[in-house]
Amino acid sequence: MSKLTLKTEGDTHVVLTRRFAAPPEAVYRAHTDPKLIQKWLLGPDGWTMPVCIIEAKPGGKFRYEWVNAKGDGFYITGEFVELQPYSRIVHIERMHLPDPTPDNHVETRFDADGTGTLMTIRMTLPDAKTRATMLATGMERGMEASYVRLEGML
Amino acid sequence: METNLDAAFTALADPTRRAILARLAKGEATVNQLAAPFDMTQPAISQHLKVLEDAGLIISRVDGTKRPRSLAKAGIEAMDQWLAILRKALETNYDRLDHVLATMERQEKGKTR
Repeated sequence: MSKLTLKTEGDTHVVLTRRFAAPPEAVYRAHTDPKLIQKWLLGPDGWTMPVCIIEAKPGGKFRYEWVNAKGDGFYITGEFVELQPYSRIVHIERMHLPDPTPDNHVETRFDADGTGTLMTIRMTLPDAKTRATMLATGMERGMEASYVRLEGML
Repeated sequence: METNLDAAFTALADPTRRAILARLAKGEATVNQLAAPFDMTQPAISQHLKVLEDAGLIISRVDGTKRPRSLAKAGIEAMDQWLAILRKALETNYDRLDHVLATMERQEKGKTR
């Protein structure tokens, strides 16, 4: 049983949900504390996040940088719009590949769910084309990860 | 129409064609309707549509002088797979986060004891 759901909504939204065994306070901290983020927000195997700068306050900026062993890298920059500990984060982000992608407006909710947390991420892209491109970029990275894992098994 | 896998992958390699598929996922559309959000000429869009049609991802029907396009079964499956692959990549992150959260909980308990 998969704990994650991912679907498109309307022309410009992507909605992701995921349940966690830990309470909202812990999940919120794991999304705002750089030392914790660097442990899990890594994408495919083989990538690390050497730079994780977060100014966790409304109007504060953040920057995440990823690299792999081959020396490929990219980064994300963004600004926080709203932070409600430990229930809600609103931020705007863009990927630099190295040209910046259009802004992705993201609302993340952490709702108590029994003793755990239901996290809901709602992304709003400027238009349908940007959304399709973003999903496709993620797809390519995901496919790359599958190939790397497959190589490891052969 | 048969699906040629190589042609399907080639067709999906282009962001405009992926966006056209995403638009058709919402329902049938004419060339004019498809061209509108892309800031492209109709011939350019028609060329993309031909690639998608040859790959078996979309189909067209005749309606007077128009030929509205819609997703073929293979196109619908491609869209589903697309989300499934992305879902898998995200799951890797969140499985890692599960471990981080479990470690945090153990550390909290350690402090109170």
